[in-house]
Amino acid sequence: MTAAAAQLDVMVPTACVLKQVTKETPDTFTLTVARENGSAENAFAPGQFSMLWVFGVGELPISISGDPSKHEELVYTVRSVGKATHALVSQKPGTEIGVRGPFGNGWPFQAARGHDVIIVAGGIGLAPLRPMIYEVFRNRAEYGRMVILYGARSPRELLYRKELAAWARQPETQVLVTVDYGGIGWHGHVGVVTTLFKYARLHPARSVAMICGPEIMMRFVTRQLQEHGLQEQNIYLSMERNMKCAAGFCGHCQYGKHFICKDGPIFPYSEIGPLLDKYEL
Amino acid sequence: MATRAQTPRVPRKKREPSPTRNSPRAAAELTSKGNGSQSQPDGKPRGKAAPVNEFDRTNLRPAIIAPAQLEKIIATLLSDGFEVIGPTVRDGAITYEPVKSVSDLPTGWTDEQEPARYRLKKSGSPAFFGYSLGAQSWKPYLHPAEVRLFAAEKRDAAFHILNNDSAPTVSRAFLGVRACELAAIKAQDRVLLGDKYRDPIYASRRESAFIIAVQCSHAAATCFCLSLGAGPKVGEGFDLLLTELVDQTGHRFVVKPGTDRGLGLLARLDAKPASEADLAAGESAVALAANQQRKLDTAGLKEFLYETFEHPQWDKIAARCLSCANCTMSCPTCFCTTVDDATDVTGTHAERWRRWDSCFTQSFSYIHGGSIRTSGKARYRQWMTHKLAAWTDQFGSSGCVGCGRCITWCPAAIDITEEVRAMREGGVCADA
Amino acid sequence: MQTLERIIEEHPFFEGLDHGFMDLVLGCATNVRFGKDTYIFKEGDTANTFYLIRQGNVALEIFAPQRKPIIVATLGEGEILGWSWLLPPYHWKFHAHVLQDTRAIALDGKCLRKKCEENHDLGYEVLKRFAGIVAQRLESTRFQLLDVFSAQK
Repeated sequence: MTAAAAQLDVMVPTACVLKQVTKETPDTFTLTVARENGSAENAFAPGQFSMLWVFGVGELPISISGDPSKHEELVYTVRSVGKATHALVSQKPGTEIGVRGPFGNGWPFQAARGHDVIIVAGGIGLAPLRPMIYEVFRNRAEYGRMVILYGARSPRELLYRKELAAWARQPETQVLVTVDYGGIGWHGHVGVVTTLFKYARLHPARSVAMICGPEIMMRFVTRQLQEHGLQEQNIYLSMERNMKCAAGFCGHCQYGKHFICKDGPIFPYSEIGPLLDKYEL
Repeated sequence: MATRAQTPRVPRKKREPSPTRNSPRAAAELTSKGNGSQSQPDGKPRGKAAPVNEFDRTNLRPAIIAPAQLEKIIATLLSDGFEVIGPTVRDGAITYEPVKSVSDLPTGWTDEQEPARYRLKKSGSPAFFGYSLGAQSWKPYLHPAEVRLFAAEKRDAAFHILNNDSAPTVSRAFLGVRACELAAIKAQDRVLLGDKYRDPIYASRRESAFIIAVQCSHAAATCFCLSLGAGPKVGEGFDLLLTELVDQTGHRFVVKPGTDRGLGLLARLDAKPASEADLAAGESAVALAANQQRKLDTAGLKEFLYETFEHPQWDKIAARCLSCANCTMSCPTCFCTTVDDATDVTGTHAERWRRWDSCFTQSFSYIHGGSIRTSGKARYRQWMTHKLAAWTDQFGSSGCVGCGRCITWCPAAIDITEEVRAMREGGVCADA
Repeated sequence: MQTLERIIEEHPFFEGLDHGFMDLVLGCATNVRFGKDTYIFKEGDTANTFYLIRQGNVALEIFAPQRKPIIVATLGEGEILGWSWLLPPYHWKFHAHVLQDTRAIALDGKCLRKKCEENHDLGYEVLKRFAGIVAQRLESTRFQLLDVFSAQK
């Protein structure tokens, strides 16, 4: 590769073989991609994302949902909602897809060590939090209690159901799951994710909360966490905006003074709180 | 008095027998021998050479050249393999285009600029640079409006990246860069080179560019660079700085080198030391340009704009704004881009192109489900708040250099300075 | 074995209740249990009770012809089941379907209504607590109506 081409790395994808596509829900799929040059040195941080390019179709920012300690692969959970995402989840194993990144800052896992971790996820928002959950389990003694609150639209739209059940059996871990719309086969909670807080055993003073989901959901959740006494600077949110470059060049993801791609996607509430209720910011 | 300009011509580096005009080495060739400090076209500093800005100016005083030497500057740059981009008259406007000789320059033309109005008129002056500034800035040459990021070829399930357009095919010399435009280049440097990542497309064009700045001698009615500290006097960031003088002493240029390669070029010209009178004449010419009509009160502007999110003035602007994006296209600092993917009919050849984008489009803020900024109000607010406030937080300086292009080229005559004033005065817009 | 008074005191709904009021409430309370898949009440039944849930999970269900029953909310430990006893015509609006074995304190609504009428201070105290619950449920319902996870926007 020439020097000029090497410099282009940030905008040029690397061809990576798609190893596996797993259906999670009717419209959501988990893609496992081989990472040939993966190592402990270039391991991704929980909460980071990649730009995934489907040959000739388009490119998408997708959060990494896999285990950071598995260096030989990158795992993404993708909801098929448009042309490009549909093309992405329709790729056959063995096909190469373009990968740029990882980009972004990731969850503050180092700062969270020594604290209880409160994970609040809504819908596909569990995907970028899963690497953080893996991180806690892998370094269990470094963290206090972990409380995972997860809300989805309906039982069939819940991600990682088997894993949720397995996590719930781990010591010092509480997993609460709810759906907005229940059916007769569902014997779990029904109600929005904020209704789970009354069942959660929290120690706000020693907790760090990490939230990912639709922005409205994150606003409701943040309010609950504050009512429970969590400090603004200990509440972290993963934000989403249009992204084309992921490197701070294209300008699309600006959110007030922040670039979601390079300053985020994860921000403490103390930094972005005042922006969250600004319509059309 | 001896000046460096009178020292013997700096020996030029050995060249291939028949250099091509497109030689990527062109940028380095004007480097004087002693301080081989220029960057290579690939952006890698050469060896342990000192960085560009360590140019020693202590021993220098500006030189004077006759107007005919301008032809020599162009010819020398052309023969060294540069494409020389300079001001020229095209379609009734000053535009920055490839020039071959001084005959391409807008000699005797000046411009009149007002909100939504641009006219050229004959000045009767022999000045080459008697206009204020071009319709477009130098941005298209450094941050191309369209560039192919890469092409890729697919074979069965695999694909490989074929090539890219990152390296420019030619090194360019910019003749006639104004102070505000230098400030704009510096602003884009900060975004595209000096942040977390480096844009190699911009980097390669930027590093090979030879910059000849020319001091302003008058301001357009739309100019307000003084308010932003971006001009009219050129401070730094040039290879060579010209001040064009047309007075009773005659038509001449004060020349000041800013880098070794600028000095190298000066050394090849017929120059004599500038007199105190010449320098004083140069100072007073720039002082004329500083007499600007428009002003932007920048005191506390960032905080002010952050607090005016709900100001009624935004609605008034939105009622006039056409969301045409002219302001962003003509702005020398606006850097936003989008990407387009395409394949050929066989589906085996794909390309990815980067194109200028504007925060005035609906699609700019689209995420699944819809756009964030659906109203014109929100989009204008984003543009102006970014330019005048958020930019400072992001990159340490204002995103506005006061060139006034957004005022001139706005078909609705929206004037950013007037809008700020109206907001500060409590929401009464002069012409709304 | 905890006394009834202790259980009521410790339930979030009656947290910090004045002792005088507690005696009045206690007179209307009984300990109850419901087995999985039974119904505590059904839509249209007369509503003369409300429940302080101590343990378990109860679904508020509604059904429409040609549709399977829809759960609009589930209620568990520390929550209140039922406020239709408060206001006329004292009829339940949903089924209360026990999803997991449930233990609760049942409060006789008629008894409590009478005491609230006689002692408006108690009435105000009870209504304030219910108003909080109603506000929470309304907010959750609005949030639920936003259908934030829907693919169609």
